[in-house]
Amino acid sequence: MNRIQPRRLVRQIGFLGVAGAAVVAALAGCSSSKSSSSNGAYGFPEAEQRKDSAIIVWVDSTRVPAVKAFQEANPSIKVKTVTYDGSSNGSNSFKTKMALYDRAGKGWPDVVFSSQNNDASWATRGTAGGQAFAARLDKGLIPSDTLSGFTPGALNPCTVDDKVYCLRNDLSQTVLWYNDTLLKQFGYSLPTTWEDYQALGEKVAKEHPGYIVGSAGDTFTPEVLMWSSKCQANDVTGPKAVTVNTDSAECKRMAALIDKLVADKGMTPLSVFTPEFVKEYTGKVLMMPGPAWYAGAIFNNPESLNVPKGQMGVAAPLPWKGEDAVAGNVGGGTWFLSSHSANLAAAAKFLEYVTTADAYQVDEAPGYPAYASAAAKWVSKQEQSGYFTTDLSALTAAAGKVWDGWGYPSYSQEAIWAKTMTPLLTSGKSIEDNLGAWGTAIKDQAQVAGYKVND
Amino acid sequence: MIELTTVRSAGSETPSRPAAGGGREEQARMSNSRGTRQTARSRSIGPLFITPYVVFTLAFGVIPGLYAVYLAITDAQGGFAPTANFARVIDDFRFFSAARHVAAFVVIWLVALVVLVVLLAIVVHAIRVRWLSSTARLFFYIPGALAGASSVMLWLFVLDPVASPVGPLLRALGFDSFPSVIQPSHLPLIFAIIAFWTGAGGWIVVMYGALNNISTEIMEAARIDGASPVQIALHIQLPLLRKWIAYMAVLSLAAGTQLFVEPSLLSQASNGVVPNDYSLNQLAYQYAFDLNDFNGSAAISVLLLVVALLLSAVFVAKGGLFETEDA
Repeated sequence: MNRIQPRRLVRQIGFLGVAGAAVVAALAGCSSSKSSSSNGAYGFPEAEQRKDSAIIVWVDSTRVPAVKAFQEANPSIKVKTVTYDGSSNGSNSFKTKMALYDRAGKGWPDVVFSSQNNDASWATRGTAGGQAFAARLDKGLIPSDTLSGFTPGALNPCTVDDKVYCLRNDLSQTVLWYNDTLLKQFGYSLPTTWEDYQALGEKVAKEHPGYIVGSAGDTFTPEVLMWSSKCQANDVTGPKAVTVNTDSAECKRMAALIDKLVADKGMTPLSVFTPEFVKEYTGKVLMMPGPAWYAGAIFNNPESLNVPKGQMGVAAPLPWKGEDAVAGNVGGGTWFLSSHSANLAAAAKFLEYVTTADAYQVDEAPGYPAYASAAAKWVSKQEQSGYFTTDLSALTAAAGKVWDGWGYPSYSQEAIWAKTMTPLLTSGKSIEDNLGAWGTAIKDQAQVAGYKVND
Repeated sequence: MIELTTVRSAGSETPSRPAAGGGREEQARMSNSRGTRQTARSRSIGPLFITPYVVFTLAFGVIPGLYAVYLAITDAQGGFAPTANFARVIDDFRFFSAARHVAAFVVIWLVALVVLVVLLAIVVHAIRVRWLSSTARLFFYIPGALAGASSVMLWLFVLDPVASPVGPLLRALGFDSFPSVIQPSHLPLIFAIIAFWTGAGGWIVVMYGALNNISTEIMEAARIDGASPVQIALHIQLPLLRKWIAYMAVLSLAAGTQLFVEPSLLSQASNGVVPNDYSLNQLAYQYAFDLNDFNGSAAISVLLLVVALLLSAVFVAKGGLFETEDA
């Protein structure tokens, strides 16, 4: 038997080595450091402006009507629409694509809609000394009157170091949804505190098995329940600093509530977006704390619970006994303007229009508008539909109560909860006993993402 | 035991499934080993035939690989930093758990692949009824005809007790919901089963081809000497398949260490219960596109490459893959 001749092999390896070194050297020569031009009037280095150039707008399919509304109102501005997934479901495509454009040094869109609300954390920081993607908006690009017209707190996800970098499209404040018809039929009264809520849940589990008062199986469960209990799991204290304290009484009381109700089967560990949930709980959801968009996504949706008209009511978020109520928040999209745009004026006009104009936010938008005056009109329009048994003032009340102790870091709290806590819930283990593990997972992830974890 | 001084190559007739680029090179080399009959004309045509392979290997294998090496030993500004990226990724709390996940998967999968594929190939080869044998091979091969991601999609349904055709079996095992099936401790096995289901059929056909190439005289002689089918399998077929088993192990190892599609899809389908940083390749993806750290991403890729190369070298040496038949 013969082996390959050693001398030939050595020669081949030698050749590969030389060729490799040559390519590496060539690549090293290619990478030159980018120099940034002088600062512009709006607080970042501007690209050369061309007044008539078309603006490229990235939106998800739900936001296409916003672009159409803008084009009808402003036919003189050329808009090119690119439909993408809106960075939804953790796809991170907004961030991914901008990272590639940053490397290429060109190709950025002018305006981007993102269905996430933590994009400001990375979009305000340049890669490797390069220019950050997000343009600062509160230094002249968007009038301050417009900025102050947003619901208080609505721009928190867009604000880094007290500077505003994006406009909020819609709010997703949490409220207490309930089935008024079932509640009356069972002879229960609406709970007014979390303690009442837990007691009612235990009672429902006993007296009406199969009916539920909530769900804890989604990735956004911590944002619905832990956030509105003022659990300090996600307190972003600076652009790259965070405080994580998951062992506080605020975290423990809600964890204990979840453990108790899941064990009693008054709360389901299933995700509300699974076929099992729809199969098992259609007509059996007595109440459910959740975001504003549950109305259209879960209750008034033929493909989900499909609750008939005239049954659902909405109550303001619950307080703990002796405290003021706060709301959590699950998402709510944001609009970004590129600092690389060659037509900042048109792009800024677009941003202002889609977030504030009635033609989109009141007439077309599916979610609760972040802009206060549009929200008021949107609410009265929804009330006229007659679907709800109550007025929607609870939504408006909750909009201003989103607790600001829960921040918007670059890493995903949802992803951390899903991989550390959801398997525990599914296998019947205690959330309260594992709050420490949750905290550790958050701290680890924060450090990897470059955050300083405060003691 | 029968000692063989020459091992016939089963190369050219084998319907090899191109699991990875390396397969073609190996085949080209093996058929080249019949060089004694080559004329000058066919020699000049040889380079022409391998040109597309060389071009694509350079464009999509070698040059990106070298670029990764370059990124791994420089910092974000392009300055020379030979160890910083490696230190950073190894220090990441997710690195060793991802490495453990991949190792567990690769071990389960490779052992299952080697044992079951060889066993099934020998059994199918021993079937004397022609239509039964060819039907069995077709059935083994069909799952492999589905492209990677779509076969994983199919498994998303199989693993969900509500939708699964084997739902009663899953429930009998105590799993009544999708999240209970995909508990973290089950994942290496689940990924191995998916990978086996999609990949093994092609290899069974390859092994069957290799078995066909064992000279009938040797088999005849063994039978006349009174060897049982088991003895024939152990003392004749297995030693003659050694090269092919090593070849399968090398290619499967390369594919296995790059575990990505299965956990990524399962992560999406499970709403993140299967983490999006389960495998090393996913972690590299997270570095590049979540942390915007292409250098760290390249460092993980280079580490993965080095480990896969070392393990491949072991398989190549043990399997005698580079031994040639001409004296």
